Amino acid sequence: MSRISRCMAEAKQQGRKALVAYIVNGDPYPEATLPAMHALVAQGVDIIEVGVPFSDPMAEGPVIQRGHERALSHNISLRGTFELVKAFRQQNSETPVVLMGYANPLERMGYQQVADAAAEAGVDGLLTVDLPPEEVVQFKAALDKVNLDNIFLLAPTTSVERARRISALASGFLYYVSLKGVTGAGHLDVDAVKAKLEEFGELTGLPMCVGFGIKDAASAQAVARLADGVVIGSVLVDKMGSMGSASTDDIAAAVGEIAGSIRAGLDSL
Amino acid sequence: MTKSKQYSAVDYSQFPNAEGYFGEFGGRFVSETLIHALEELEAIYTKLKDDPDFQAQFDKDLAYYVGRPSPLYHAERWSREVGGAQIYLKREDLNHTGAHKVNNTIGQALLAKFTGKRRVIAETGAGQHGVASATVAARLGLECVVYMGAEDVKRQALNVYRMKLLGAEVVPVTSGSKTLKDALNEAMRDWSTNVDDTFYIIGTVAGPHPYPQLVRDFQSVIGREARAQSLEQTGRLPDALVACVGGGSNAIGLFHPFLGDDGVEMYGVEAGGEGVATGRHAAPLNDGVPGVLHGNRTYLMEDENGQIIETHSVSAGLDYPGVGPEHAWLKDIGRVNYVAINDDEALTAFRKLTRTEGIMPALETSHALAYAEKLAATMRPDQHIVVNLSGRGDKDILTVAALDGITVDGVNIS
Repeated sequence: MSRISRCMAEAKQQGRKALVAYIVNGDPYPEATLPAMHALVAQGVDIIEVGVPFSDPMAEGPVIQRGHERALSHNISLRGTFELVKAFRQQNSETPVVLMGYANPLERMGYQQVADAAAEAGVDGLLTVDLPPEEVVQFKAALDKVNLDNIFLLAPTTSVERARRISALASGFLYYVSLKGVTGAGHLDVDAVKAKLEEFGELTGLPMCVGFGIKDAASAQAVARLADGVVIGSVLVDKMGSMGSASTDDIAAAVGEIAGSIRAGLDSL
Repeated sequence: MTKSKQYSAVDYSQFPNAEGYFGEFGGRFVSETLIHALEELEAIYTKLKDDPDFQAQFDKDLAYYVGRPSPLYHAERWSREVGGAQIYLKREDLNHTGAHKVNNTIGQALLAKFTGKRRVIAETGAGQHGVASATVAARLGLECVVYMGAEDVKRQALNVYRMKLLGAEVVPVTSGSKTLKDALNEAMRDWSTNVDDTFYIIGTVAGPHPYPQLVRDFQSVIGREARAQSLEQTGRLPDALVACVGGGSNAIGLFHPFLGDDGVEMYGVEAGGEGVATGRHAAPLNDGVPGVLHGNRTYLMEDENGQIIETHSVSAGLDYPGVGPEHAWLKDIGRVNYVAINDDEALTAFRKLTRTEGIMPALETSHALAYAEKLAATMRPDQHIVVNLSGRGDKDILTVAALDGITVDGVNIS
């Protein structure tokens, strides 16, 4: 059983909702990321998604776009992200790490090389925004060889029939994009999420995490009632972006505090 | 000139395949949110492209609104000065709105109308596609939002105001390199958000399937006309075709109907900027690698980490790090030769055509003209070249004036 599946199963057993937290590697500066990851875990984050900086992050709203730009200004890329996860694994062998990014850095390095390097670094899954099921075939084959999960997205525009096909390919968890739009958007409609998830019904028994537009404990609670876990991102990246001249400790404490308050909200459900 | 090859051995009409691929290029590399809209567009287009009523409406609009067919003009004085092959200009600059772009926006606006969407969005570099989109939106009473890199807003102030006069909202994009690629990112983000009521009018033969196919089909009117006009005026097909390539829509439009003609050599001219060897250019087919951007796999300008790098060209319309996937494939199978022309050479050609023929070309087009001149000089006077005169140069007058160190009185270009 993969680290992601084990983590999600444990959360379910304990009656907890999983909290998935996204930050961008190298944002606001390279040394800040590792302490922030540990602080997130200490404050109750179950899975860490590390954003791999890309020059053209098409699905991101302005907050995370700026996070990518800050990281790129320090020349942080895919290879540096493997180094980060390696360093994280020296202290933490339990918390799953998912790399979230775009196809071109993978194309450049080569799919199998990426999969091998990810496995060696201690990465558990990859979520590549612009590799939908039709285009991810080769990369998924490379990930399968080293037993890494490819995390698939489902969207409000995904038909039930398509969702079934996608979940048949999926492992780890399914990521439901809560709204039509980009990360950090301000128009989360919990009723619409509920209706769509009910329409999907039980897909494969894979856990479902919901992300995009979750900003605080209240919105996290509302969404968590409908799913197995929630994903937060822009709220963390926004905070980190505002602390460009702060110390690594202060940045870690600040993101930890946000995650902690959302964790508390989820635990009080 | 190389001797004839067996270009007719390939059935070019079979590309893209059902998955949207031209060989290994193309595809549909977008986030899940957009898949449904692309499938819907593909279904509608598949149905309409062979629908006689749709084609009749398209042809009627091209004839009475755009002013087609555009002439094929024998540039005799220029040909004489070059002293080689006879150069013919396919006058897309005479289309309504002044460039080839409108052929495509007419077609996509018709698709938008059939889908019942009330809002259209577009990205633009030089502003020609933005103007052509704003124009068809005005005609059909559609809301229109145009995304344009903040750098290009500065470089192309006249077109920005033109779009506003047409009733479009122009949104300057300040992320990334603030040029065409960033405008495309922002348009994709808008489309993800407003996918229910919005039609995205992509301006070139790039983007996710089926865009490279449908834009090519709409632009192929250029090549169909040029082919018939060549036969009528010269009694035979041209020996060579030349067109500039940014995303590559005017080039595909000219080339595609000739691809199976063994005797016709083709040259796609990319923006060499300060020189391909300097790295400061916008010539991915000359100096790029295959990768994935904006929904398709194609040749890209990127660094060793797969990050897209900034491009450089005097012409905003060619300042793009990628290129349509069909061009990537045509390069790899050797059907089309892709070459580059530097900023300086393009500017020289801009002045030369203006003075010699009284035709002021766009700076984008000037790249094709500069290469055509080099090519013609190596050919015999009984040979023919067709150059796609893809757009007129009025929009570039202030750019050229600024390069001359001249401030045009009474015009505030900030």
